[in-house]
This record gives sequence, C-alpha cells and structure tokens, in this order.
Amino acid sequence: MKRTVTVTIVFSFLVAGCSRKHQSASTAKPTGFGSAIVESSGGKQIAAAGRLLPQPIVVQVNDEKGNSVTGAIVEFSGPDGVGFDPPSGLTDTSGQFTSNVSLNNGAGCYEIVATTYDKSRKRVDLKLQETGLDYQQVLGEELNQQYCERCHNPESTPERVSNYDNLDVKPHAFSDGDFLNRMSDDDLTAVITHGGAALNKSPQMPPYEFTLSKSDIQALLAYIRAVSDPPYHGRGSVIPKY
Amino acid sequence: MSGKFQALWRTLFADSIHAFGVVSVVLLFLLAIAPAKNHFSGWRRYQHAYLPLIHDRSDALTLRRHFQGGIQQIWLPDLEVVDRCPTCHVGLKEASLADVSTQPFGKHPAIPHKSDEFGCVICHRGQGPATTVSEAHYSTLAWEQPVLPTKYIQSSCGQCHQDDLQGTPLLNEGRQLLAQSGCLHCHTIRVRGTTLQPTDDPPPLTHVADKTTREWIYAWIRDPQAYASTAKMPNFKLSDDDARDISAFLIADSTPLAGDTLSLSQKAASDPTAGATLYGESFCATCHAVQNAAGNVVGGNIGPELTRIGSKVKPEWLQEWLRNPRIYDPTTAMPHYRFADQQLATLSGFLMAKSDSDLLGNVHLDPATPEQIAHGKLLVMNYGCASCHQISGIKKPENIAPELSRIGSKSINQLLFLPGMPHTLPDYITGKIKTPRAFQSGLKMPQFSFTTEQIDALTTALLSLSDRARTLPPSVLLAHTADSNYEPAGKAGGLMRDLACSSCHRINGHGGDLAPDLSLEGSAVQRPWLQAFLKNPTTLRPALIRRMPRFNLTDSEISQLSDYIMTVYQSPAIDRDSMPLSGYSAGQVEEGKQLFYSKYGCQACHIVDPKADKGYIGPTLTAVGSRLNAAWIYAWLKDPQTLRPGSMEPRRQMSDGDARAITAYLMSLKGSARQEAGK
Repeated sequence: MKRTVTVTIVFSFLVAGCSRKHQSASTAKPTGFGSAIVESSGGKQIAAAGRLLPQPIVVQVNDEKGNSVTGAIVEFSGPDGVGFDPPSGLTDTSGQFTSNVSLNNGAGCYEIVATTYDKSRKRVDLKLQETGLDYQQVLGEELNQQYCERCHNPESTPERVSNYDNLDVKPHAFSDGDFLNRMSDDDLTAVITHGGAALNKSPQMPPYEFTLSKSDIQALLAYIRAVSDPPYHGRGSVIPKY
Repeated sequence: MSGKFQALWRTLFADSIHAFGVVSVVLLFLLAIAPAKNHFSGWRRYQHAYLPLIHDRSDALTLRRHFQGGIQQIWLPDLEVVDRCPTCHVGLKEASLADVSTQPFGKHPAIPHKSDEFGCVICHRGQGPATTVSEAHYSTLAWEQPVLPTKYIQSSCGQCHQDDLQGTPLLNEGRQLLAQSGCLHCHTIRVRGTTLQPTDDPPPLTHVADKTTREWIYAWIRDPQAYASTAKMPNFKLSDDDARDISAFLIADSTPLAGDTLSLSQKAASDPTAGATLYGESFCATCHAVQNAAGNVVGGNIGPELTRIGSKVKPEWLQEWLRNPRIYDPTTAMPHYRFADQQLATLSGFLMAKSDSDLLGNVHLDPATPEQIAHGKLLVMNYGCASCHQISGIKKPENIAPELSRIGSKSINQLLFLPGMPHTLPDYITGKIKTPRAFQSGLKMPQFSFTTEQIDALTTALLSLSDRARTLPPSVLLAHTADSNYEPAGKAGGLMRDLACSSCHRINGHGGDLAPDLSLEGSAVQRPWLQAFLKNPTTLRPALIRRMPRFNLTDSEISQLSDYIMTVYQSPAIDRDSMPLSGYSAGQVEEGKQLFYSKYGCQACHIVDPKADKGYIGPTLTAVGSRLNAAWIYAWLKDPQTLRPGSMEPRRQMSDGDARAITAYLMSLKGSARQEAGK
C-alpha cells in the first residue's frame, strides 16, 4: 500500500514537471490591469493565405476611465496555424501592444482574438476580423489594381490618384458589402462584362467583355466577394482551420 | 510466480507436436492482425469521417455518388507523379464543399490547373505515394521533402512559368529582387541553360577619388544605410581597420579622369529657390529620392538617394557629372542633360547644400601607409568587391559564392542550421538571407536590409529553382522570354543613348517601364507635336507624378530625333496617311461627340472640356487632334491592347462607324489657339 502511494506521488510530480514546462513559455508578469481592450489599428486587413498581414495589429488596454494602462498583459489567439509575433506580452507606456500576424493556409474570414485580464483575473476579449485570399482572389486583387481601383477606391495614394471624386455617379467601393452583397453573382458578372449600361447603371462603367477573359472576371468576382464588409453570406469558411 | 510460468511453458512445449501447434496458433493470429492493421489505417478513418459529414447536406446523394472508397491515386508517368493525396482529401474536387473548413475534407481553392493533369506534389511537395499523414506531409528518414508551407506556394508556379505571371505577386517580386539587389553578381543561377542576368548596375570605382573623399568611402562601407536608408549596397560589417584599409586602397587605385578634377567652371550658386525650381523642372525626382522633413523618402529609385549628397561628392566632380554623366560612367542610366553653365552652378549648389555634418564628423583618417593599401587590396579581392564594381587591376572573381541553380531542392543533410531553427529548407533560406553571417564564422556574404516581405519573396523565388523544375518535360514549360538587346542605330541612336531614353522607355523589347513604350510612337503621333514635346515636355496625364525631363535639346537634335522616331518606330498595321488629319464633316464630328459622351462615357477617364470634364486617368484630350494621327486613334479605339499590351483602356469592340465618328470628333480637338501658336 505504502509503495503505491509513493509511486503515485512521484508520478504526479513528474506529470506536473512536464506540464509546467508548457506554461513557463508565457511572458512576464503583468504590472497593470485594464478593464477594456480596444483596437488601435490592424483590423479588416487583406492578405494572401499563408502570408503576413501588411500592417501589424495594434491594440490598446484601457481602464474604467478610458485611460491607457501600461504593463497589462495581452494575448493573441486565432484559428489553428495563425502565427503571432509576438503572441503575447505587456502593453507599452502608451498602453499599446503590437503583434505581426501571419495567416494560415485557408482563405476566408479570420477571427483574431486579443485578450487581457482585469484585476479580478477575468478575461476581456477583443475580436478582430481579417481576410485571407486564395489564388483566384489574389489574381482578382491584381486585376482590381490594374483596371478597377482607380475609380472604385476613393482613397488616393502618392502613386495613384483616385478618379472617384471626378465621376458623376459614384462607383461602389468593393468593400461596400451593404450594397454589393445584395447583387447576385450573375448581375455583378453582367456589369463587369457588359458595362453599367447593361443593368441600367452608369454608362461610365465600361464593359470589360473584350479586355478581360471569363476567368479574369470570375477572379474579380471572387475578390469582390472576399473583401466585402459585412462579409458576403455565400462566402466560404468563416473561420478556416488547418 | 516463476514456478507457474515454468509449468505453463512445460505444458505448451511438452513435445514437438505441442510446440508445433502453439507456433501455428501464434502465426494464425499474426496473419489475422495484418489485414486488421490495414483496416484501422488512418486514411480509412478519414474516409469514414467524410461520409457523416456529407450525410446531411442537400446534395448528399451527388457527393455520395462521387465518393469512392479505398486508396485513390493520381498517376502521371510523364511528370513522374504518383499522388495518393485524394485518398484522405476526399472532397478536393467538390465545388459544393467550399464552406467546409475541416481538413482534409475542404474543396481545393480555384486554380488554373486540374489535379488530374498535374497531381498534387508538383505544387505542394511532400511524398505523393505515402498513405499516412506523417509520411506524406513531413520529412521522414527516407524522405526529406515536407509539404511546402502555403506562404511559399507561388514558388511552385515558378518551376514551369519562368516569366512574370499574373496571380503570383510574391514570386514576381522575388525574381525582381534577385536581379536588382545584386544577388546575381556573386551567385550564378542557371535556368535551363540560360544564366540569369542582374538588372542593377553598380558604379565603377576606377576613378572614385575624383568623385568623393576617402572619409566618405570609409563611412559608406562601414554602414551604407547610415548614409542613405535606401542604399542598395549591403553592409559588409567591416571592422574600423578593414574599412580604413579598403578606403586607402580604393583611393590609391583610382586614376584621375580629365575634367573631373578641374577647378569649377562656375562657382556653385547658393540660390536654394532657383535650385529647387531647376531640380523640380528637370524632374530629378523621377529617378532620385530625397528624405523630406517628415522623414519619408520621396522620389524614384532608379538613381541613388540624394538626401546627403553634399557630404559625398566633390563639387567639381558634381558639376562635371551634371554636365555629362557618360564621361565618368559610360553605362549610367542618367541622361545627359544639356545644362547651361549657369544651370550647372545653380543645381550643383542646390545639391551640395544637401549635406549632413554628422556623417563624417567623427571620421579622422591618417594618411594611408603602403601596408594598409596592400591589405586593403587583399580585402577587396577577398570580399569580391569586383563582382559588382569595376576596379582597376582587379578582375571580376569567379565562383565567389555558391551557385543557386538548384537551391530549391537542396538536401537538408547538407545544410547547417542555427540552434533553434526548424530544420526545413524554407527556414534555412529565410535565415540565411536574414542573417547570413550567423551561420559560421568567416562567412563573406554581407548583411542586406530586406523587409520580412522581401525575404519571403526572395525565398519564394529561390524555392522555385528545384530539381523538379529541371526534370519536368519541356511540354509543360513556359520559357523565359529574355529582354531583347535592341539598341537604336545610327546618329539618332547615339543621341538616344546619350539621353538614356531606355532608362524609362521600352523600345522593341528593351528598356524601362516607367514611361510609355515607344516602339510604335511614329505611327501614333504627329511630327510637329513630337518636336514641340521634345523641346518642352508636358504631362499628358494629369494624375502622373513622374514625368519626362527637359533635356535642353538643340533644334537640330530635335529634328534628328523626330526624323528617327517618325520613320523607324512604326506599326506595319497602321498606315499614317490612310485617314486625314482634318476636314471631317460637322455632322460626323457631332455624332462622334454624342458617342464619346453618351454611349461610351469616355469622359469618365478623359478630359476634353477642362471646365466640364473631370476624368483623371487617361491622357487629356483637349488637343489630341494636333497630337495623334487619325489612323492611330481609329486603330486604338478598335483595340487598344494590340497597340499597347496591358493598357487600362477597355476594348469596346466598336463598330467601324462608331470608331470613325469618334476619330472625327477627336481629330477636331486641336487645342487652344495659344497652344497652337506656341508650336
């Protein structure tokens, strides 16, 4: 009997020793505790599957009064295979924590969760959405940059002045899910193929029937559906798992 | 305990008949286990899990019909592919499973190739014939090729597609970086018999003492990025002594070039306003960047960044360089502006003021000793400086760095990994580009300042150089179409080289992509417009920032260039004289105007009436009737992409009548009288 007890105790120590190894990887002890975690930047980004998001995700931890909290712990989590660099850490002097995120192999909408703990050790979560593109959607993104974005993206960059403001009938940004999600695949394909006039819309949207191939137009459609916000209902996996 | 066992043993093996019986039973049992092992194998478990997954779907019957149990195999003898991946990845081809995210049951994302034609491992790597997850996906003792991480998947496209490809931005960027960043000066890469050529052109150092001081060379080779954040030269991590000796050697080795060291023909003028205006008018920023007050580097990247140029070059050299850069460096991408002496003084004064006293403030070098110079020469040879730069008395070294033609299939056993680094080829390549010197002491490869994105791009391009790429049958290859080495001929050709037209313009398959292709320019434009443009280039597109500089050409040079362009750069398909430049009927013009504005909505992108139209994308058309030939406009309206591949203007499949009417309308737009008089 005595021997069984000894064996049990030794064994449980061994198990505890092994499992502690996993926990020891976590970061330094928090010195501050907030009650809310908010996004500073980095949500709603688009990247090819498996790739790094173009910008890091920056979150901020605030207390009840809305002041930023230094030294609060932030942990990132997401679907399997999503990489965070670093995955957890303490907020800096401005209450912010920054992590570079690389998507896993799946295309679709990713839900990234940033977690902090308040004084009573209760979880406080912030959920962010990111989009991963598959091959067809990456191709669509390229075609968008070549042919569409100049009018459909109201934002100008130093390299590319937007033509949006110059058009009488304002084109819809491809992220305008409220409008574009109500259009069927066939209608969108028709507008791209035959131009705005074909659906009684602005003739300033030219037809691309003879410029783009059918598969190009399909790729564009796939891209438009992928970047729509709110997400397109017919879209594939909501949280990809690998 | 042992007594019982001995008793049992004695009972079982009492005599040979007993023993034979027992052994037979054991063998029978083992035989029974063998099929059971097969029965419980992993892939069966996946196939069993697939059936309940599709059971409740609306198209369950169809999916059920498509489903075939047992080992599934794609066998493509020509491509040496035996892939059993569909055994577990059952739903790969089922379009309706697009929403299934549980692997291995998801549908394969849409790609241009069919898995029946190319299999799986050509793109994904891994072991095709394996039937367990670990053997198929990960490296084993017998098979070290794991599945390729998705972030590098575009490298697989590069095995067959040797040119830039739409939909693989990372691969394209990586290949461009390989050629541009200097990699190919040291590393040889042969793809199917052709050696890849670098596209960058580091400056010769044969006359470097004319250009700059030893102190600057010292500071530069210690840390090029401290001088300019965009500097392409990598950091060789030289010690102070080594930098001292190399700078000593380079200065001692340099021979003076007539002109560079002459006293200044004009005293540099310190007129910042006039200098900035001239800098702007000459569109220096098209090629050169400068860091602005906010810390952003603004401008082109064809030439070096000029933020601290005043701390680098000698004023007399700068004036001579601006006067005619081709004397110092015959192959430079910089055009020969024909600046007047006064302009040279203004511009060099403006540039010399861009200095940074901190850069060389702490650099104090004693005069070089012969030993230092000799040691410097040894270092220059050892580091292979002559791989990139022309240096008097030192030959371009051969085989200074390993050949990378097969790096994408390099065996992991031959690689030395850093501690803590995952033992995979992509991780090795990435690590090597990130910190080349960390792998061993005494390595020569310098430290580059690539971003993570750029390192991923380079890794993707390098992984495409696989053994499979070398053994694939020629029928699936899309070979690289090399740039032509076209050079314009004759006197005008010499003038065009002097003006470095090909730094920005592509002509007959050779040249840059910053400005329009000029291969068909003679068919497109009218000669008087071309002459006026060369005299005083204007921008045709309101949205463009980078523009054609003004070269201060003489009238005879302009007429020589115009003659050449109008005669040589013509499309055989367009007869310039087949349609008149003017004389279209008012009715036709009016009809064209209607079509332009109503049916085709051209004003969305083009401006005809500056008061009413706002289109900001295409060229302004206010005076297009004095710029373009009618036959060109007609052909362009019918099919822009044939005349300029990749043109943004959509092809409208216009009827002949519509195209003729719009041509008539556009030809009636001759611009204002003042513009006309200006020509």
